[in-house]
Amino acid sequence: MTVLAQSGTADVGNPLINIAIFVAFVVVTMGLVIKASRTTKKASDFYTGGGQFSGPQNGFAIAGDYLSAASFLGIAGAIAVYGYDGFLYSIGFLVAWLVALLLVAELLRNTGRFTMADVLSFRLKQRPVRMAAALSTLAVSLFYLLAQMAGAGGLVALLLDIHDKAGQAIVVAVVGVLMIVYVLIGGMKGTTYVQMVKAVLLVAGAAIMFVLVLFAVRGNFSQLLADAQAMASNSSDAAVAGRDILAPGAKYGISDMTRIDFVSLGIALVLGTAGLPHVLMRFYTVPTAKEARRSVTWAIALIGAFYLFTLVLGYGAAKLVGPDVILNAPGKENAAAPLLAFELGGTLFLAIISAVAFATILAVVAGLAITASASFAHDIYASVIKRGNATEDEQVRVSRITVVVIGLMSIVLGILAMGQNIAFLVALAFAVAASANLPTLLYSLFWKKFNTTGALFSIYGGLISCLLLIVFSPAVSGKPSSMFPNADFALFPLSNPGIVSIPLAFVLGIVGTYVGRRKVEDPFKQAEMEVRSLTGVGVEKAVAH
Amino acid sequence: MTTVKSGLDAPVRREPTPQDFVAMQASPEFQELRSRLRRFVFPVTVFFLAWYGVYVLLATYAADFMATKVIGNINLGLILGFGQFVTTFVITALYVKFAGRELDPRSAAIREELEGPAQ
Repeated sequence: MTVLAQSGTADVGNPLINIAIFVAFVVVTMGLVIKASRTTKKASDFYTGGGQFSGPQNGFAIAGDYLSAASFLGIAGAIAVYGYDGFLYSIGFLVAWLVALLLVAELLRNTGRFTMADVLSFRLKQRPVRMAAALSTLAVSLFYLLAQMAGAGGLVALLLDIHDKAGQAIVVAVVGVLMIVYVLIGGMKGTTYVQMVKAVLLVAGAAIMFVLVLFAVRGNFSQLLADAQAMASNSSDAAVAGRDILAPGAKYGISDMTRIDFVSLGIALVLGTAGLPHVLMRFYTVPTAKEARRSVTWAIALIGAFYLFTLVLGYGAAKLVGPDVILNAPGKENAAAPLLAFELGGTLFLAIISAVAFATILAVVAGLAITASASFAHDIYASVIKRGNATEDEQVRVSRITVVVIGLMSIVLGILAMGQNIAFLVALAFAVAASANLPTLLYSLFWKKFNTTGALFSIYGGLISCLLLIVFSPAVSGKPSSMFPNADFALFPLSNPGIVSIPLAFVLGIVGTYVGRRKVEDPFKQAEMEVRSLTGVGVEKAVAH
Repeated sequence: MTTVKSGLDAPVRREPTPQDFVAMQASPEFQELRSRLRRFVFPVTVFFLAWYGVYVLLATYAADFMATKVIGNINLGLILGFGQFVTTFVITALYVKFAGRELDPRSAAIREELEGPAQ
């Protein structure tokens, strides 16, 4: 600890042990995935694991899908360095599940089959709506993916002690390729197993660290807060030393603009979850609406417990590791949780927790890759390009190719995004999901008059406005922490666009519906969708066994 | 739910026609199911979004208020944050209870009516 603090760097652990545990993890999970691949034959196996997982199983898989590197590495790091402001991520990420539980999960399960677009296009014009929904699915998935890749790069760089940019970029590439292989072999079934294993490992790992941190302060949470604040105040970085990390405002309370940014982030977090395509797709892996409800209940319990642990982990990292060491480590804020593990349990524990974090990234990336590729193959290729004349085998083949393409794209983008806080990057994906997907999803489930024009206005309006605002935001250019620090085209002052693009997309859905009100939609389809969505007619019998 | 479906491999289940869906949508029992669902989820959604909104605004514009220490170093901000966790868990539990009691029997009855074995 003293050596660590003096040198200001974080040469932690033993790269050999780290690599050994990594390899062991990869071998075990690869075995699982190969086993799952034996029973993956049809398209429904590849996309939804045959729709035969139980509610609790799917609840663990949802937690595995949702608790990304952002939750583990990003939030713990944000709390360690900025304190309370990192906690808002946890709360937004959790409360958001109520939107999914109450308004979306069961109705979606009853209405769709493979993708979000199945639901959105159910009673509207198939091809244009599928196209729009697929494009927004791809956009959200890509944002989410690049955040995970950036996290993987930072994590592995820390473990293997790689400090230069080129070396870290190679790490991101290797990690990305490995993840592509998992999805290609295992499909949704393999991915689900990896997600369940990972959820157990992650929640258990966080619980152990939670207990160890509380043990270090003899169960006195108030003392932990005081010690964390003391470490921050003693930081050699004047900006860090001046922070009150127990109260809100350290990151976002600086000016009026950062305050609006905070509100914007809060809106995106709470409305984003129910629009995330990879979360929505998980509801198709259970046979009935009731199982979908049970899975969300399990997911909320697991995710809620996990976020309570992260709060203690974040302040624990501030106390035991200290903001200075964290900010000097490769991976910066994202290194707080692994460094805390090293402090608590030494080299071996660091290697185990890092393997868990790696498993986390792997499982999330696999889920995202499946979702994005399903959307491309099922919605764009089969419905739009082939006009419904593609066999399921062809769809799966196109999916596999898409997985590779998406994997490569996310590697490149992930390299650009290295060093940014992962939770922040994921929040951008949430903003896109809440803008482009959620309004159309809610309107088509609950608003009878909603029509194709409304859907297209809302999806494209939300998607394009959100993407443009991100491109012209400080997240991309103009600041030292931006993706392109040397350029400055940050015309939009907020780093999260949610406060503008989400209400805009809701309004555009209404405007579009009135613009297109003369074009008559199929009234039978509306009745069918509503009856199906509330009762599960057709779905429940189709999967009975 | 799955126990009811044991005989499903047998081709006795009917496939509802588009007219069946329109008739069912207009039927009192479907209207009842729909309004029970909406009367629960809409107000609860408004409530938790408003409560979350108040919390976010307090954290943003009333940082000093949130910094008020209540128990040792545990301040109001942390307590209200925990409050968000508590309401999320409570609403989840209430909804699961409500859906099991009010929604599931009604939707099962409608399913049976639409695609039950032909008489």
